[in-house]
Amino acid sequence: MDIVVCVKRVPLTEEVDLVVDEHKKGIKKDQLAFVLNDWDNYAIEEAILLKEKHGGTVTAITVGDEDDEEVLRRCLAMGADRAIRIEAGDMSRFDSLGISKMLSRVVKDLPFDLVFTGVLADDDYGGMVGMMMAEQLGLNHACMVTAIEIEDGKARTTSELEGGLGEVSLVELPALLAIQTGINEPRYVSILGIRKAAKKELKVMDLSELGISDEELTPRAIIEEVYLPPETEGAQILAGDPDKIASDFVEILTKKGVMG
Amino acid sequence: MSELFVIAEHRLGEIREITFEMLWKAGELAQEHSHTVTAILLGHEVNPIAESISDRADKVVVFDDERLKNFNADIYKETIAGLIEESQPTLILIGNTSWGMELAPCLAVRAGLPLATDCIDIMVKDDSVIAQRQMYSGKIFSNVSFAASAGYILTIRSGVFSKDRIGDRQAQMVKKDFPLKDMPVKKDFIEFVETAAGDVDITQAELLVSVGRGIGEEDNIPLVKELAEALNGVVSCSRPIVDKNWLPKYLQVGTSGKSVSPKVYIAVGISGAFQHLAGISGAGTVIAINKDPKAPIFRTADYGIVDDLFKIVPVLKDKVLETKKG
Repeated sequence: MDIVVCVKRVPLTEEVDLVVDEHKKGIKKDQLAFVLNDWDNYAIEEAILLKEKHGGTVTAITVGDEDDEEVLRRCLAMGADRAIRIEAGDMSRFDSLGISKMLSRVVKDLPFDLVFTGVLADDDYGGMVGMMMAEQLGLNHACMVTAIEIEDGKARTTSELEGGLGEVSLVELPALLAIQTGINEPRYVSILGIRKAAKKELKVMDLSELGISDEELTPRAIIEEVYLPPETEGAQILAGDPDKIASDFVEILTKKGVMG
Repeated sequence: MSELFVIAEHRLGEIREITFEMLWKAGELAQEHSHTVTAILLGHEVNPIAESISDRADKVVVFDDERLKNFNADIYKETIAGLIEESQPTLILIGNTSWGMELAPCLAVRAGLPLATDCIDIMVKDDSVIAQRQMYSGKIFSNVSFAASAGYILTIRSGVFSKDRIGDRQAQMVKKDFPLKDMPVKKDFIEFVETAAGDVDITQAELLVSVGRGIGEEDNIPLVKELAEALNGVVSCSRPIVDKNWLPKYLQVGTSGKSVSPKVYIAVGISGAFQHLAGISGAGTVIAINKDPKAPIFRTADYGIVDDLFKIVPVLKDKVLETKKG
C-alpha cells in the first residue's frame, strides 16, 4: 500500500490579530507561527496507520519554500518514508488550480495506491486542490473521509455528510481521498523525533523540471482584495470586574427564564 | 441574456435547503442582469422535487434514471459538463456541501472553467464576476475575480442567502435522457449511516453550555460540565472537541453535528467557525466567552465576555449557585 500525502504549512491565526498587507492581497505573516495544516495532520497519520497495517510506503509532498520543509520533517518524524518539496518561487503567483497541476505532475510518476489530501487548508479555505488532482490524474475519489478500510483492492470509505449522517462507499484503487479531521488521533511528535528523521530523504524538485508551461499555471481565480470583516453590531460585551460580570450573566439568564 | 445554472441538491427524497438559497441568489442576479435561471436536477423518481422548485426557476432540466438514485460525483460531473457545453451558462452554482465540495473541483477541471469555493456573495458587473469569500476562519474577507471565461463555477456556503422565492417564475420542465447509461462507475454507494446517535438529545435542551477548542486540555472539560450542572443545562461542544475524542459526536453542534435551538446557548472557548454558527442560528440568546475579542463568535453572539475562561467560568458557576441558594 503506497500512499502519497499532499500537505501544506499554514499560519496559526487563532487568538491573533490579523493585519492586511500593504497590497491588500494577503495578510502580514512575519509575526505568525506556522504549523502543519490540521487536516493534513490527520491525513498523514491515516497514511501511516494504513502503512503500519498493510505495509508499503508513505511519501509526503508540498509546494513551497525552504521554510515549508518544516512540515515535511514533521511528517517524516511521524513515520513517512520520504518527502518531496516542489520549489516554485513566489507562491502568490499561483491559484489552487496551478498548485494542483504541480502536485499532479509529480504524483503521476510516483508509485501509489492512494493519494491523500486534507479536505481544506486553514488559511484560504479553498478545499479544491484534492478533487482537482483526482480529475487531472483520472483517479477515483471520495471527499470528507472519516473512515477507511482496505479490502480486495478497494477502499471502504465513510464520508461525512451534513447533519450527523455518514455515506459509506466502496472505491476502487488507485484513488484520491480528501481526509476530514477526527478520522484518527494524530501521534505526538517530539523534537528528538524530528532530529532523528533528518536522515530520511527530502527531495527538492524545481518547478522548471516539471515541464508545465507558464500559461498553464496562469491563475484563473485571482484575489482582488482582502479586508477585515465588515463591522457588525456584534455582541454586547459584559464589562467590569469578574463579580460584576457574573451578576450581569445571572441577570441575563434570569430574564431569559433559564435560572429555574 | 444567458442562463444561470443551479445544481439542485437533494438527499433521501428531500430537497436540501441550499438549493432554495442558490435559486434565490440566482433569481436576484437574473433580475438585475436579464438572465434566466435553470435548475439542474439529477436523480431517480424526482418529480416531486422538480415540482417543489418549479416556481423558483425559468427552466428545470431533469435527468431521471435508476443510475442516478444515489449521488455520484463522477456521473454528475459528466452529465453537467455535457449540459454546460450545450448551453454555455454564465454561472454554475453548486452547494458548498460535502457533495458539492467533491463535485465542483472535478467539474471545473473537466469543463475548463474557473472555480471559487465557499462563496458568501456574488457580484456581477458588466461581464465580470466577483465572488466574496472568507479566509483564516472568517477573520479575513476576500474578493475574488476570474480570468475571462465563458462561464464560472461558484460553490455557495449554506445559510447565507434567503430560502424565499424571488420574482414570479413558472419553470418549463425539460426531461432529458440520461446520456451515460454505460459509463463505468468505480465508486459504489453502500449505505447511509447515523454517526451521531447517542443517549443525550441536545436538540431538545433549553440551555446548552458548549465547549470549544479554547478549553485546551481534556482534563479541563469538567470546568464546563460544572457550570452546566449548576444551571441544570446540558453540555454540548464544537467540532475540535469531538475530533479529539474528548466528547462524543452526539454532543456536537454545527453543520456536521446537530442544529440546536435552546433558549440560551453559552459558548465557552468557541471561536465561531461558520460551520458551528450554522448550528446555533435557532438559539434564542447566545452568550460567548472567549479571550480573543476578534473571535468571529462575538459577531453573532448577543452577549460577550472577553476573558480567560479558566478565570471567569468558576466565578460564573459560583454566582449561579449562590443565586439559586439565595
